[in-house]
Amino acid sequence: MTEPARLQSGGVIDRRKPITFRFNGKTYRGYEGDNLASALLANGVDVFARSFKYHRPRGVFSAGEEEPCALVETGEGASRVPTCRAPMVPLTEGLVANSQTGWPSVDFDLGRVIDFTHGLWPAGFYNKTFKWPSWQSWEGLIRKSAGLGRPLTEPDPDHYEQVNIHCDLLICGSGPAGLMAALTAGRAGLRVMLVEQAEHFGGSLNWEQYQLDGKPCTEWVEQVLEQLRAMKPVITLQRTTVTGIYDHNVTTLLQRGQDTDWRECFWTVRPKHILLCSGAIEQGLIFPSNDRPGIMLASAVRHYLNRYAVRPGNRVVVATNNDTAYQTVFDLARERLQVEAVIDCRETVSEALLQRLADLGTTLLTNARIRGTQGSRRIRSVAIEDNDGKRIGTKKCDLLAVSGGWAPRVHLLAHARGSLRFDEVSQSFLPDALPREISITGAANGTAGLEELLAESVRAACAIAGALGKPMEQPKPPIVTAAITESRRVSPANLDTTQPRQWIDLAHDVTLGDAELAVREGFVSVEHFKRYTTIGMSVDQGKTGNLNAFIALGALTGRPAGEVGTTTFRPPYTPVTLGAIAGRNIGEFYAPRRYLPAHLTHAKLNACFEDYDWQRPDYYPLDKESAEAAIQREVTTVRNAVGVFDNSPIGKIEVCGPDAAIFLDRLYINNILSLPAGRIRYGLMLNENGVIIDDGVCIRLNEDHFLVNSTSAAVSRIVALMEQWLQCEWPELRVLVTDRTSDWANFTLAGPRARDTLSALGTNIDLAPAALPHMAVSTGTVMGLEARVARVSFSGELSFEVNVPALAANDFLEAVLIAGAAHGIAPYGIEALMILRTEKGYLHVGSDTDGSSTPDDVGWGWVARNKSRDFIGRRSLYREANQAAGRKQLIGLETLDPGRAIHAGGHLLIGKDRSPPAETDGWVTSACYSPTLGRYIALAVLCSGPDRIGEILTVCDGNQRFNVKVVAPVFYDPENKRLEN
Amino acid sequence: MLRIICPYCGLRDQTEFRFGGESKPRRPSDPAALSDTEWAGYLFYRENPRGLLNERWVHSYGCGQWFELVRDTVTHELKRSAPLVDLPGPHQVSDD
Repeated sequence: MTEPARLQSGGVIDRRKPITFRFNGKTYRGYEGDNLASALLANGVDVFARSFKYHRPRGVFSAGEEEPCALVETGEGASRVPTCRAPMVPLTEGLVANSQTGWPSVDFDLGRVIDFTHGLWPAGFYNKTFKWPSWQSWEGLIRKSAGLGRPLTEPDPDHYEQVNIHCDLLICGSGPAGLMAALTAGRAGLRVMLVEQAEHFGGSLNWEQYQLDGKPCTEWVEQVLEQLRAMKPVITLQRTTVTGIYDHNVTTLLQRGQDTDWRECFWTVRPKHILLCSGAIEQGLIFPSNDRPGIMLASAVRHYLNRYAVRPGNRVVVATNNDTAYQTVFDLARERLQVEAVIDCRETVSEALLQRLADLGTTLLTNARIRGTQGSRRIRSVAIEDNDGKRIGTKKCDLLAVSGGWAPRVHLLAHARGSLRFDEVSQSFLPDALPREISITGAANGTAGLEELLAESVRAACAIAGALGKPMEQPKPPIVTAAITESRRVSPANLDTTQPRQWIDLAHDVTLGDAELAVREGFVSVEHFKRYTTIGMSVDQGKTGNLNAFIALGALTGRPAGEVGTTTFRPPYTPVTLGAIAGRNIGEFYAPRRYLPAHLTHAKLNACFEDYDWQRPDYYPLDKESAEAAIQREVTTVRNAVGVFDNSPIGKIEVCGPDAAIFLDRLYINNILSLPAGRIRYGLMLNENGVIIDDGVCIRLNEDHFLVNSTSAAVSRIVALMEQWLQCEWPELRVLVTDRTSDWANFTLAGPRARDTLSALGTNIDLAPAALPHMAVSTGTVMGLEARVARVSFSGELSFEVNVPALAANDFLEAVLIAGAAHGIAPYGIEALMILRTEKGYLHVGSDTDGSSTPDDVGWGWVARNKSRDFIGRRSLYREANQAAGRKQLIGLETLDPGRAIHAGGHLLIGKDRSPPAETDGWVTSACYSPTLGRYIALAVLCSGPDRIGEILTVCDGNQRFNVKVVAPVFYDPENKRLEN
Repeated sequence: MLRIICPYCGLRDQTEFRFGGESKPRRPSDPAALSDTEWAGYLFYRENPRGLLNERWVHSYGCGQWFELVRDTVTHELKRSAPLVDLPGPHQVSDD
């Protein structure tokens, strides 16, 4: 194995540590310190991917997170990661990477036919064309030919961590500005976090050839890091991207692990101050066919050359509109590679540069631009013309280094709502108004010149330290002894708008022709323009192209770039793995399971559990019994003998105090003031809109002591609501609200033999009907345990709800089953409970009601009307819509054929032929097979339902339609005789 | 994510709190005396200003107390956080 483009010496790769890796099935060699892009370039690989839309060959364009072209997938199987930016993939032993676009291969892609017929596929083409017979009929084909990586189909096997942390100063970026600021602030004693997205700290100091204090700048980086690491409160993080700044400067970081048992770590940082030292991104140039492999940012060429000792080409042409690209000429010359020509669109360049070029013997063409490029895969030559379009000639080359100026990384500033202004000198958007507690220095602030930038960071860090109460004298920054070309002056490109095939977004394959079409169709606002053309909307978010796109939009609409404005940068700065955001909160850790206090006993009884916020027994199958049979047996047992149901999750909200009755009277539609101590009332609570939010019984234990049995799922909501009313509206009421739901277990003994079973347990409570009638409560002991026994029924049978301390739940349940054995007891679960209550037409709030149901709609309107005092929601019941005729109201349904199954969700149809699509007359809210009645029954809401008892309607139940009869919503024991036993 | 000062507990993350909406006038003492329009005004109509807004928050995963917060709806800057000592007066019936 040889690496044709690797230099013999130089760079910071470790030549003693070779690394073997595979790309598109071929084995290559790189070194420790390489990344995937540098290693493949060293091996002479030039085509990394096919483009998004036209399937054109694409190489490496940049050397960082801004990469728009070299998008590959890494790993295999469940660990595969699509759409990685090759320069951001550190080279590791055994790395497997593949091109993710191109069929049959990235080197020979049949999809290129789209490129050769590009005139047929303008922007918005899909939306305009594939309309017949429907978009859906074309979608599969289009998705296959367009797009980037394949999504993963298997669960992510990797582990992700999360960290929450506070700090005084968060510094984003560890280039010269960030390092200098960190050192200064660290010396001032601030808790500093220095965050660097690359593999190494130092930013441009890693690949530009500065001298600081007379030494190579990499030595200064090492020195600073050593000092920072010695400072205890300073945290330095490399391989960590600041992905977003949110409200109040809460900042998120994504750290990529290396030799860690976690793949990525997601940090949430709450800094007192943020300093952005995020540098700038070089922009491309717009000219015809500016997308070929071998066309690379001038700074990226320096990056690969100086850091990775890779020569990305042998015949090099440089095209620029500013001074910085000349450094590439000088750095290549150092490696004895003479640049063929420098094409500069400006009229003149400085004497100093002219002199240095002359010394090297490099041709300089000023007032010139690129007319086009040739090459089937990689670039082979460039055609050059002057700024007026007059042909100058062609130059053979295999590398074209381009520089279209620099765009400061102001993305994070924009996240924090800082404003930007267009700077004519650098032709870029610079920070304008800064948000609170955010500063910005260095190239990100448009500051040019290393000396100036270091001094600026020292000043900023001292000011921040002072503001945070740690004032210090300004230290001296290092002396810059060898500068490089640093002028930030950029000449606006003179764009030939007659050439459509000039790429302005390499990642999404958007050309100047698409931009022109967008403008022609009226999308001239920068935000509309972006969405119509999809500029800047790919994985790179236009990091190397947005600026050019806005300048192009200006040129096409005759506006200066500053007037066009920018689109809005939003988090995340670079893609974030969803697994990192989820962290450990997946699977069993997604939410804690809540277990009933008697869970172990239920498990011993062979309960099938279901998650109803709590893990609750759904039913208890006997040996080999089907679910259906078990449920029906449980219902029959309750109707004929006795059943026990674990009702522990039911709300046990204690409302105490001299004003407790007044308070609850304001919350319930029912009269609570008239409820005597020791008695129970079923009630409804409404919101101020008159809509039912909860139902349940209200138990008056004493004059000033109530127990509110809210629906199990609504407990915390109702407690919060009570607190809100007490704190915000009625602070004068002397009431305390305490949620004691999990302190008490609650078992329902229901059925004709319930009293016998409870007596057998041993209790000092008089259970005789006269002493403890239906809807009465008594306290005492059961089985020697402190107990509250309430005669409440959700089954329609004689029923005792026994509350005992939660810790005794297992013992109690086992004792109940023993005591009830003689009476034929069986435990019953949620499924049987729901059948029992449906047979009785008892309401299940949330199933039989929705966000529009009023008391009138469920047959409780008379209670509300009879109450003379105000209550929450009362006024709304008299609003027009709540009084209107034709409201959907609760009724019962019976299938005409008793054996015909009916299901919740079916719609009752209106219309001549009663066939869908039709206006709905109502819908089925609960349905079941009633073993007691031997038929299917259902509850439903129906327009003016109670006035239509006896009507025959048609229900649309899944794919079937059949007739049902409207009946009263009580199917069993309408006289409630069984309750009064 | 906002960082909110609970007047009882100090600076905490927004995740500990629940938003209670714009501070509204107190519940009318006799809702039955209001017209539908007036009642709708109490129920649904809010100022929703661009700028400073008085709003209610509850430190639900903390002390459980409701309090008043003044927030700039443009910048999210929090100006004042105070207990509900001076509840606003009852809802005033107006003609508009």
